[in-house]
Order: sequence, then C-alpha cells, then structure tokens
Amino acid sequence: MRRRASIDLNGNCATIFPHPALRATFSRREKETSDLQLPILYSQLKNPAMLPELGQFALILALLVSAVQFVVPILGAHLGNRALMAVARPAANVQFVLVAIAFALLTWAFLDQDFSVVYVAQHSNLALPWYYRFSAVWGGHEGSLLLWILILSMWTIAVSLLSRSLPEDFVVRVLGVLGFVSLGFLSFTVLTSNPFARHIPGLADGNDLNPVLQDFGLIVHPPMLYMGYVGFSVAFAFAIAALLGGKLDNQWVRWSRPWTNVAWAFLTLGIALGSWWAYYELGWGGWWFWDPVENASFMPWLVGSALIHSQAVTEKRGSFRAWTLLLAIFAFSLSLLGTFLVRSGVLTSVHSFASDPERGLYILAFLSVTVGGSLLIYALRAPKLAGGEPFAGMSRETLLLINNLLFTCAAAMVLLGTLYPLIGEVFDLGRISVGPPYFGFMFMLLMAPIALLVPFGPFMKWRQGDVRAAFKALRPALGLALAAALVAWLITDHLPLKGVVGVALAIWVGAGITLYAIARWRNAPPGGRFTPEMLGMICAHFGFAVFIAGVLVTESTSVEKDLRLERGETAVVGAYTFRFDGVAHTEGPNFIADEGTITVLRNDKTVSVLHPQKRQYGKNTQIQTESAIDPGFTRDLYVALGEPLGDAGAWSVRIYHKPFIRWIWLGALFMMLGGFVAAADRRFRVVRESSAAADEPPSPAATARPAGQNS
Amino acid sequence: MTPTRKRRLIAVGLILLAVGVATTLTVFALQQNMTYLYTPSEILAGKVPADARFRIGGMVKDQSIERGQSLTVAFVVTDGDGDMRVEYEGILPDLFREKQSVIATGSMQGDRFVATEVLAKHDENYIPRDVAEAMAKAHEKHVKEGNEEPEMENGQ
Repeated sequence: MRRRASIDLNGNCATIFPHPALRATFSRREKETSDLQLPILYSQLKNPAMLPELGQFALILALLVSAVQFVVPILGAHLGNRALMAVARPAANVQFVLVAIAFALLTWAFLDQDFSVVYVAQHSNLALPWYYRFSAVWGGHEGSLLLWILILSMWTIAVSLLSRSLPEDFVVRVLGVLGFVSLGFLSFTVLTSNPFARHIPGLADGNDLNPVLQDFGLIVHPPMLYMGYVGFSVAFAFAIAALLGGKLDNQWVRWSRPWTNVAWAFLTLGIALGSWWAYYELGWGGWWFWDPVENASFMPWLVGSALIHSQAVTEKRGSFRAWTLLLAIFAFSLSLLGTFLVRSGVLTSVHSFASDPERGLYILAFLSVTVGGSLLIYALRAPKLAGGEPFAGMSRETLLLINNLLFTCAAAMVLLGTLYPLIGEVFDLGRISVGPPYFGFMFMLLMAPIALLVPFGPFMKWRQGDVRAAFKALRPALGLALAAALVAWLITDHLPLKGVVGVALAIWVGAGITLYAIARWRNAPPGGRFTPEMLGMICAHFGFAVFIAGVLVTESTSVEKDLRLERGETAVVGAYTFRFDGVAHTEGPNFIADEGTITVLRNDKTVSVLHPQKRQYGKNTQIQTESAIDPGFTRDLYVALGEPLGDAGAWSVRIYHKPFIRWIWLGALFMMLGGFVAAADRRFRVVRESSAAADEPPSPAATARPAGQNS
Repeated sequence: MTPTRKRRLIAVGLILLAVGVATTLTVFALQQNMTYLYTPSEILAGKVPADARFRIGGMVKDQSIERGQSLTVAFVVTDGDGDMRVEYEGILPDLFREKQSVIATGSMQGDRFVATEVLAKHDENYIPRDVAEAMAKAHEKHVKEGNEEPEMENGQ
C-alpha cells in the first residue's frame, strides 16, 4: 500500500498525490512532456535553475565526507597515526558546511516557491504564508531527515570546538562515531529520500501542507525534539569511543555530562511543546495519548533521565561505569528506534502522515547495525572498564540505583506496550492495540516510588548515608504534604483520591527540595552554596513536583462535556456558565472557517469570549478543528466546535474545564531549565590537562564534601 | 554459607521477586487493556467472545448516518462483506465521513455495537493498516467464494 511519492534517482516521479486534482495535473503533464528534450525543460525553470541540483550535490559530497570522518580518524586512533587523526576536525567542519548549504537551498526552494522540486510541491503551495513555508521544510519525510542531519552536524561541530582539553585520540574517536551516524543518515537520504528530486517542468502550484501542521507548534516542536534526539548521539559516541579506546577517565565522564544534560533539556522542551501543541491543535483537549510516536520520544527521555543520574555517580564516585556506558548506548538506540517507528509507518499513529514502509527497512537495517554493533563492542570491552567504589546499602548511590532501575523499567514498559501490536502481528495473535490505561497504570506504579524517594536523594550522603538524619530533615515536608492534602480534600469538598495523592506528592517533592535548598544555604560556606550544577538539580526536581501536581490534579478534576447547544443556550461547567452565541463565517490567509462565539460567565460577569473555529484549507477538503482556550494559572477553559446539527443553528460543542493543566508544561519547563543551568557549571569545562589521573578513584576531598554535590 | 554468599543469595532472591512481581503486573495490565480489532463480517461470523470490549474497523456505509436526540448518532460500518450498526453518543472526529474508514472501540449490545470512542485517523487516501488488511481478507474470501465483487470505494 504505497501512498507517498516514490522517486527514482533520475528525478522522475511516479507520484501518487493525495489530492485528486493535483494527481490529474501531474499525469497530464507527464503525457505532455514525455517526448520533450531535457535542455529545453531546464530553460523553463525558475532562475537560477540549478540550485536544487547544487543542494543534492552538496548532500552527496557531505555523504563522502562523512565516510571519511568515520573511517580515517578511528583508523588513525587505532594506529596512533596523528596525521590520520588530524582529519577528524576539518572533516566535521566541511561536512557541516555542505549540509548547511543543502539545508539552506531546500529552504530557499520553499521560500521561492520552486514547485519543480517534488518535495516543495508536496508540502507547500502559493497560498501558504511565508512562515509556514519556512517550517514546511521539515513538514515531511525528506526535509525532516535533512533537519536531523543538520542538527547532528551542529552537535558534531560543537563537540569538535569544545573538546580541546580532552586527549586527541579520544576526541577523534568521538568524532568518528558521529561520522558513522551521519553516514547512515546521509546515505539514507541520498539513496531513498532525496529532498531535491525534480518534477520537470515545475507545477504552477503545489499541494497543501497538512492543515494540522500549519501552526506555530510545527515551527518549533520538531527542531527542539531533534536537538534532543540527536544530542544523545554525543553521549553515545562518547561511550563507543571510550569502549574502543578501552579506557574510561573520570574527567572524560565529567566532560560528557553537560552534553547529556543539554540534549535531555532540549528533548524535555520538545516533548512538552508537542504535548502543548496536541492539546490545543487536535481539538479534544488531551495532553498525552500514549501514541506510538509520543512513546518513541518518551523512551529516550526516560533512559536519558536515568543516564543523567548515572553519569553523576560515575563522575563523582567512579561507580556504575559499565552501566553508564550501556545507558548511553540505549538512549541513542531508542532515539534511532523512535526515528524508525515514525518514519517506517509500522505502527498506526496520528503521526503516520510521514511514513513509508520501504524506507523503514533501511532504518531498521541501520538500527540493527548500530545497536547490534555497539552492544557487541560493549560486550567485548565493557568488562575492562567496569568496576567502581563500594557503597553502603543506605547511600546516595543506592537511591540513584533505584532511580535508574525505575526509569529503565518505565522505558522497557513503554517499549513493550508500543511494540506489542507488532509482536502480536508477528506471532499471528490478531490485530491488537494496547490502550492508554495500560501505560497510565504502569507508569504511575513505577513513578510513585521515584516521587516518594526523590526528596531523600540530596539529603543522603555518598557512600554511607544516614536515613534517620535525612528523614528528620524532611519531616516538615511530610507534615506539609499531609496537611495540604487534608486542606485540599476539605476545601474542594470532593476531590478524588488521585487528586489528593497528587497534592500530597507534589508538596512532598516540592517542599523536600526546598528544604534541601534552605539547608544548603545555612550549612555551606558563602560563595560555595549553590553551584549552577546544584541549582539545576533543584530546579529540575522542583519542576518534577510542579509536573506531578499538574498531571494528577488535571486528570482527577477535569470536567469534559460534549453538548448540543442552540444559539443563546447556556451550559454550566464547574463554576462557569458557557453561552453559545452562534456561528458565523470567517476567512483566514489560506482557509475559510465557521467561527463560533462562546461567552463564558462567572457570577454574571463575562470572564472571556472564545472563538473556536472549524477550518477548511483551500483545495484540501479536510476539516480542521481549531479550539479556543482561555488559559489560566489555575485552570484552562477549553472550547471546541463539533459539527452543525440540524438546520436550526445548533452545534455540538466540547466544553472542558481543566484545572492546573498549565502546570504540566510549567513543570517540564522547570526541568528543561534545570538541565541547561546544570550544564552551564564551570566545573564541567575546566578539565585538567593531565590524563595521568586516569582511572584513579576520586580524591578524598571530593568524597568528604558535607552535603555532597547534586544528583 | 559465608556472609558474602548469603548477601548475594538475598540480593538474587529480591531481584527475582521484583522481576516476578513486575512481570505479573505487566502481563495483567496488558491483558486488561488489550483490544482486538474485528471487521463486521468477523463479528457476524461469531469470532468475538461474548461481552468482549473490542474495536470494530471498516468503512462508514454511504447514506447510513442517522442522528438522534442530542448527540446520539448511529451509522453502519461495512467491510464489503458484512454490515454492523454502530451507536455512539458524543462528537465525531473531524475526519469522520461516509465512505471513509473508521475504527470504533466498544462492545456488542444485542445485535448492535455500542461505541465509547470513534477514531477516524486518515487522510483521503489512507486507510488504517489494520482495517485495510482486515478488509483485504474479506475481499479475498469473497473472490474465492466466487461471489460478486463488493461495491467498495476504498480510494487505494
């Protein structure tokens, strides 16, 4: 069942366009032009006509350079040949320039409306405003791959610039591994998904960008998500380089930590943006659907969270060494798996507008080579690197170990649920789908212990902690949490158990981390109280508290009503009265719409006037719901139009009251901020030049630090 | 038994216990939340266990949508081989239309399917893979039995 363009390398196009009119145009033109000569056709193109070819050429060159960047430095490091090793940085630079040229040319093709480029014709049209033409560059398969590659080479450049303090053979191995990843994606693009394929002569107008994607969300969500996905390639390359070199220096681990933090922070932001976008754009007010593609981005996040904590242990205490390397491999493998799930279309999903089974086969092969290869290297080399410091049962290490186990289990649980339909298919168990309650139930189960234990983390000392002291320090938080739960239960008169638990857990985590901040302020010497690393930890853990409050309170107290409303009719939802004032016709830059007017009243005072729409974008006949939201710190009022019912002007309308839903994304933003702040710590940048300290246990001074460093 | 061995034994025992509990819970949660997809002809052939919650997939039959009081709606889902009446109360998704594919989750009540959720995740040329396969099966059977071709516009 092929439903996307299939393009051979000559630029011929046997496209099955979704829009029938466009399909007709294409086939007619193919007939008309079949016996014309190529030079004449090129002269019909926009000037300067060769730009897309230049882009394709740049991509092919970048492919060759990436092969050099992969093979030569790793060989050089293996042979100890400095000349070969010196190739790594220039190769990375050249590759970046070439990929940037290709990306710029594709962007230009969109802005310039060059519909002779098949990809542009498929994802853009004359009526599309310029900012959506810009973001349409990554609105489809080929362009989003190119974005992936561009971001990868940006990370590579950053690595090559910010790694001067590390031993040369280690850095070139890291760059070599990044070159391998780039090679895989560039060859995939060049061989199967050329974004510059032409259809000659160009069309007068293009197809439409999926209306769901014509939104601010699409401009920012994919780049941020990819920054995160691809960012884990640095931690991955680091792990493989360490395994290849057979040596893991604590200082190298310290160097790699901010990279993981930054990647994780971007991924957090990307996921939060995606969730926020789905909330207001898909028109049914959910913020997370446990959709396969959401899961695909969430699994690397979970493993990445584990990795951040395990890297801290490895750097500070020298323990968990092999485990950290394995997690780095997993985090990136799951990013690749995510790409595979999204791009191959093996799973039915709301994101499946960008899928093609044939391409999936390539990614699957690449995935097998990468994951299989790295696990093989791991199996061969990890025993050499393993080892670490002993620690007592009650210590910060143990808590972080539990954290790691729970996060990894959560990732495995999500993976199982996501792939279960595939497993069912392979073993012919029927056509199965796993419902959101599975994920919800299992996730709560696994996250509850994390929420309970989080406040203990910073209060426990490395190596040998004192539970009683930690508990004593946390008693106010416990009291506050219980009191808040009781108050919440009393004043809201029937808050469900889930909400009460949510309030208690959120206050417990939030107050716990605040108590730690206060203790730190009191006990540590001025100047050394809050390093950025510690501030980042406090901020991220505080974000976790806000997130818990948002999720549990929203989930337990939201009111969702689907109603039939006639003009002037009112509905009462919570403390608000919604009055339906009818629907009128309206027009936007490239759509027409039915726009409803709903006045929200509270105690007979107008709170807000909402204008939800039903849009129809030009030739594309899909109808798109645009919800209208009155956002607030403690509640959202969410309204979406359903459809007209009968001739009397009645409509079906969704009216939602969602308390504290903003807290979900606010919490995620705090977590993201935490990631960035922690990464900014100078400690990570100042790496002593000597590599003589390799594999030594951490100095006694570091272990004896009173409150320890962050987790 | 040395203290080290004893400690290891306890650790291994705890890990096994944790794995066991985790597996049980996972399997339990999976089974609770797994729904199978059937086409109308499979339902009519009695392949669905009684009282099961499942998904029905197929095409919305032309001219079959009936609106009732407030938000109740009924339509017929067909796979070209069999028809099934589906009842639903709520707002239908944007992409829900006659002669387009649909997946509804719910259960049988007598001879009709009462849905709690209706999904229509497709663009004009796209049928969810599950539905396409199920319908292809129905179609194959049709051809094998030598019946006339089902009148279906599946857009593929």
